[in-house]
Amino acid sequence: MFDVLTKKKLGDKVWLMDVYAPLIAAKAMPGQFMILRCDADGERIPLTVCDYDRDSGRVTIVFQTVGAETERFSRLEEGDCFADIVGPLGNPSDLCDLPVEELKQKKILFIAGGVGTAPVYNQLKWLHDQGVSVDCIQGARTKDLLILEDEMKAVTENLYFATDDGSYGIHGNVCTALQQLWDKGVRYDHCVVIGPVIMMKFACQLTRKLGIPTVISMNTIMVDGTGMCGACRLLVGGEVKFACVDGPEFDGWEVDFDQALQRSRLYRTEEGRLMLKLQEGDTHSGHCGVCS
Amino acid sequence: MDIDVMKKVPVAEQDPAVRATNFDEVNLGYTRDEAVLEASRCLNCKNARCIQGCPVNINIPAFIAKVKEGDVAGAYGVISESSSLPAVCGRVCPQETQCEAQCIRGIKGEAVSIGRLERFVADTAKEAGIKPQLPECLVRKDKKVAVIGAGPAGLTCAGDLARMGYDVTIFEALHKAGGVLVYGIPEFRLPKEKVVAKEIENVKSLGVKIVTDAVIGRSLTIDDLLDKEGFSAVFIGSGAGLPRFMNIPGEQALGVFSANEYLTRSNLMGAFSEDSRTPIMRAKKAVIVGGGNVAMDAARTAKRLGAEVHIVYRRSEAELPARVEEVHHAKEEGIIFDLLTNPVEILANEEGWVTGCKCIRMELGEPDASGRRSPVPVEGSEFTIDCDAVIMSLGTSPNPLIKKTTEGLVVNKRGGIIVNEAEMTTREGVFAGGDAVTGAATVILAMGAGKSAAKGIDEYLSKQ
Repeated sequence: MFDVLTKKKLGDKVWLMDVYAPLIAAKAMPGQFMILRCDADGERIPLTVCDYDRDSGRVTIVFQTVGAETERFSRLEEGDCFADIVGPLGNPSDLCDLPVEELKQKKILFIAGGVGTAPVYNQLKWLHDQGVSVDCIQGARTKDLLILEDEMKAVTENLYFATDDGSYGIHGNVCTALQQLWDKGVRYDHCVVIGPVIMMKFACQLTRKLGIPTVISMNTIMVDGTGMCGACRLLVGGEVKFACVDGPEFDGWEVDFDQALQRSRLYRTEEGRLMLKLQEGDTHSGHCGVCS
Repeated sequence: MDIDVMKKVPVAEQDPAVRATNFDEVNLGYTRDEAVLEASRCLNCKNARCIQGCPVNINIPAFIAKVKEGDVAGAYGVISESSSLPAVCGRVCPQETQCEAQCIRGIKGEAVSIGRLERFVADTAKEAGIKPQLPECLVRKDKKVAVIGAGPAGLTCAGDLARMGYDVTIFEALHKAGGVLVYGIPEFRLPKEKVVAKEIENVKSLGVKIVTDAVIGRSLTIDDLLDKEGFSAVFIGSGAGLPRFMNIPGEQALGVFSANEYLTRSNLMGAFSEDSRTPIMRAKKAVIVGGGNVAMDAARTAKRLGAEVHIVYRRSEAELPARVEEVHHAKEEGIIFDLLTNPVEILANEEGWVTGCKCIRMELGEPDASGRRSPVPVEGSEFTIDCDAVIMSLGTSPNPLIKKTTEGLVVNKRGGIIVNEAEMTTREGVFAGGDAVTGAATVILAMGAGKSAAKGIDEYLSKQ
């Protein structure tokens, strides 16, 4: 079984868990994801790997409770276990294939939004371990949603914060922050953006304007996550690609974000209904019609 | 009971109007009397051609003779010598093109209903708690074999290897064993708890271990299995892969699914039940594109979830690749067949939801390479079927994962793994079979390949 080893609340609705998943801990590389089910009736939920420890079999996940299933995840306590965790899935980041010397030559910028900070952390830590220093802009709506600050600081050369409400760091979004750096003469020749689809879309528009080649990571709807169901398809350069076997990382300039955003809404009604049912527990009758 | 010996003893089925609203099994199976009666139609041919028609060569006349005597345990013993999944095969094999196609009875009348008899034997044995047995003279071999994928090919290969005395472990990527038997074929054709889970228990009772949540190529590689985990041989039965789409405009719209996704949600995740936490779209009007067994399964599932269902297929009825029985059942349940029709565009509203499927009429032209007359569009014949869901059932292309992570494994143009007569791949000690080799095919062909691979593995390991 896949035990929950530690559990920590990082912010409003944002949780960090260490789980025991030795097969994943042994093989995971930055950029990969896994699929979890909290119990025998659970839905399969894909989450990106935040951290791992090869020796102890520990894998770290970070998630926000956006639907009924992640709400259930958040109700698991230390000592409880997930029914299933499978992975690592998807391809490791392309950066992992480059020789360290080449990585050291590059000026790499990471842009992390919301819980997208977790998969970014995994890549930053890996690069840091190789002796490669990189910069990162971490964005969120407000200060309380900026997660893993100390951990991020430890693995970056320069870490910039941006909050929409100006409560911490630069007042504005990650694009404002990048533009400010650029205007000051800071230059990058590779960018990795991970976060909400809408953020990745605007970040890519900016990096395109600035001429910084950009990689993004898609967290799409999935069922099996191994290349069977096709639910995770998206258009990249006009071609159908599958996030689970072709990705999850793609050329950010080529991804059709508008369509990806639309597809992410596919089960919103059903998810909302399940969430209401879970929150209201036995008091949920379904008769008022709000949920249907 | 009087019977016409020229005809099969009929089998009870759920009424079409009732079953189109539930997920219970359609075919109710023979009673003991019906089975004995049907068994009495077997001529017990000396040169039994039905055995050659069976991809796993079950001794059909021998098991039917036992049924005739009322000896179900004996009949089960005969079948078990050749097949690990008789309750499955009795339900989903295309007997009409295999064993039953060879039956002498079939020359002048109807063939003996071998499939229904096999199902009767398997189900009755199960109810009586009869399990497959390891051979009495079994010599344990001190060698471990890894099987990738707990589908029909893998389960068969594992079962046969266990009977030969090998220590077998199956690695399954999903959280549940069964492969296409659990994610693909719907409950109303193949009950999951009552039939599939029990068959898998039977394979485990032979000593086979099953590890779920292990994706070979990612969690462990084939090289890990051979070099680090102590396995002497590997069988790849990883099944088919990525669903195909048509590459027509509108295919990314909300409400367009692959049959794989739609069926996996319903079957593996149980989304057909209101209690399931995995969502599935309950369409009002669904268009299913394709004419194979998977298309029939998707259509009949959509029907049961409340939709009016149209099957859109570009050739005519004669070319439908699905089993005749499946087409017949679908029609009985009220599925509408729009034949000689092909989608050209999927229409959506401003929010991206499917509103219709624009199609064009087709006519049959010259025969193509497969010998089937190829369909050609009739110019100016476009029309629109209003619908809120389109389910693409166009087959699959092999999953690239194992090929990508296994050096020296050669695949053909279509991505299928290349094997020799003993089912060995281009990597020594690595065997393969089923859809991973052939592309999408049937349960029983995959089982046949699993069986022949078990023989190949035994020969290979015996020489070492």
